[in-house]
Amino acid sequence: MCDLAIRCHGLRKQYRTRNGTVDAVNGLDLEVRQGECFGLLGPNGAGKTTTVEILEGLLRATSGEVEVLGMRWGENDDELRQRIGISLQETRFPEKLSVCEILTLFRSFYREGKDPTAVMESVGLTEKARAWAGKLSGGQTQRLAVACALVGNPDLVFLDEPTTGLDPQSRRQLWGIIRDLGSQGKTTLLTTHYMDEAERLCDRVAVVDHGRVIALGSPIELIATLGAHHVVEFAVEDGRHPAPERLSVLPAVCEVRNEAKGVALTVNEPHLTIPALLQLLEMENLTLVRLTTRQASLEDVFVHLTGRHLDEEQTAPA
Amino acid sequence: MRNRLHPLRELLLARFRESFREPEVVFWTYGFPLLLAVGLGIAFRNRPMEQIYVDVEQHTSAAAVAEHLRGSPGFTVEVHLRQACRERLRLGKSSITVVPGEHYTFVYDPTRPESALARQRVDDVLQRAAGRRDPIPIREQQVQEPGARYIDFLVPGLIGMNLMGSGMWGVGFVIVDMRVRKLLKRFVATPMKRSDFLWSMVGGRMLFMFPELGIILGAGVLLFGVAVRGSIAGIFLISVTGALCFAGLGLLVACRAQHIETVSGLMNLVMLPMWLLSGVFFSSDRFPAYLQPLVQALPLTQLNNALRAVILEGAPLPAQAGKLAILVAWGGISFAIALRCFRWN
Ligand SMILES: Nc1ncnc2c1ncn2[C@@H]1O[C@H](COP(=O)(O)OP(=O)(O)O)[C@@H](O)[C@H]1O
Ligand SMILES: [Mg+2]
Repeated sequence: MCDLAIRCHGLRKQYRTRNGTVDAVNGLDLEVRQGECFGLLGPNGAGKTTTVEILEGLLRATSGEVEVLGMRWGENDDELRQRIGISLQETRFPEKLSVCEILTLFRSFYREGKDPTAVMESVGLTEKARAWAGKLSGGQTQRLAVACALVGNPDLVFLDEPTTGLDPQSRRQLWGIIRDLGSQGKTTLLTTHYMDEAERLCDRVAVVDHGRVIALGSPIELIATLGAHHVVEFAVEDGRHPAPERLSVLPAVCEVRNEAKGVALTVNEPHLTIPALLQLLEMENLTLVRLTTRQASLEDVFVHLTGRHLDEEQTAPA
Repeated sequence: MRNRLHPLRELLLARFRESFREPEVVFWTYGFPLLLAVGLGIAFRNRPMEQIYVDVEQHTSAAAVAEHLRGSPGFTVEVHLRQACRERLRLGKSSITVVPGEHYTFVYDPTRPESALARQRVDDVLQRAAGRRDPIPIREQQVQEPGARYIDFLVPGLIGMNLMGSGMWGVGFVIVDMRVRKLLKRFVATPMKRSDFLWSMVGGRMLFMFPELGIILGAGVLLFGVAVRGSIAGIFLISVTGALCFAGLGLLVACRAQHIETVSGLMNLVMLPMWLLSGVFFSSDRFPAYLQPLVQALPLTQLNNALRAVILEGAPLPAQAGKLAILVAWGGISFAIALRCFRWN
């Protein structure tokens, strides 16, 4: 299967801590195809970073098989390092080296690679070439991290949470850069806990929870598993929402979820559901304070599968 | 594009740029030892002649006694009431009080060197004034030889201390800082050769060492007239060996530490015995015999001794081989252990 950039099977990573062991990765299988942008989507603590660092050869798995670009860690390490590019979840670059100096330094480690000037251009840091890394904004720092991953002209790029904590404009800039990777034929493995990021960038997504893949497919396929493409959310005064049994029998409703600030209905045809909903509320003498409809997202897939939201902290595995 | 950049050179360049862009680093490596040398040099410079401060207690013959003492060079004499004399003696404003009378009484503290000296000199002057004849005629020939002064002793010690401090900090601190920043991890995620990285640390130390050595030695020679009797090449070689030795120790101290506080603590733990015992500010020969095996085993002792032998006595380099061997052993063993145990991420 040489069209696979990454193959891993039965991956496990156990950490020993003061109060027992933590299964950070717990039997994870993954196949990433050449040239695709693959996303690991999951909440904090799901095991994304651990997985990625094992694939990058930075951590040793407790058990399981890993094959990257047809090679294995421990056998072809130098060759692999020459061909992959990495942006760690967190790196603090030397504060008093300039963008250009840092890129030149990283460039020197690779046999073949790109001109640092060209890489700066491609991530939009040309104007900051002479600025010290310590003076960059969060978005610029993150673009520098991506630039360092690209300067060796890798076939496979790992980006661990490239946009976490960034403002919307910086995130969009990074999305543009990541899309460019796809058009250059590079394989990208990206982790994120933002569903919109995964939806926009990834050809395929593995939803990860408690160290396991709980769903896999293209964003469209995953959303299709909900059986419906729309979500109707509403809230009533005093939060005295109708009983779920009464909502689930409304026309075109597939699923009813009680949320912190209202109720979410997954529906096929909102134009059938909404009039019936309004009628029900009127019958029960309830005053509507909020009503929205939107396209179903990967977030809904995650909530459907786990009962939790992506931005909720991972609780200890049951 | 093929690689035309050499990773070791780029790593060294990065070390250089970072260090020289950090004003604190520049100060602590170059300014501080210079200030220390100048400060101590001035404090301990040989004064023209030590004055002897004598008080004479108020008495009918006080004026005559004071007159005799003032007639001899080097005395500063004042006449005060008893109470004032005691007070001035206690505060160190005078070294001795002479109480005139039928007998003369010397009031002084024999444990204070300047008081003990003052007692002898005052005694001489007063006895001669009273008619004592010395049976043997004495002539004096005064010499002041560079090489025997405190500043001469101090300069090689400061060089040694500085090589130790900046070697340990320059390697240990920098590595742990990189580990905390996850930069080490980021580096090993590239095809960078780990040996290139470690050599850049050691090589950086070697290069920074030259100006350090030059500044302290230069200040000693130009400001205080320290005479360098041995060969410059010998001093160089000893310093390089010392710097390598402490770079190895720095690497060892930093090889596992995951916090700046840990490495700072370890570093002080390693350096403290050497600050105390290795003869930076006074000769390590002064420590009792039972401590000598420990004192002599410390690398800084050997470095200081070798530097002093070559700088002050003009000893030939081959005679320092034993001392250098101890330095090489410390450095080599530390480096080997550090390499085996190094935590990259
Ligand atoms: N070095 C470690 N020691 C102990 N537990 C760890 C360590 N690293 C990660 N973990 C735990 O493993 C789990 C997965 O972490 P991680 O892979 O960082 O998740 P993610 O990247 O998805 O947020 C978390 O519960 C985390 O607390
Ligand atoms: Mg993570």
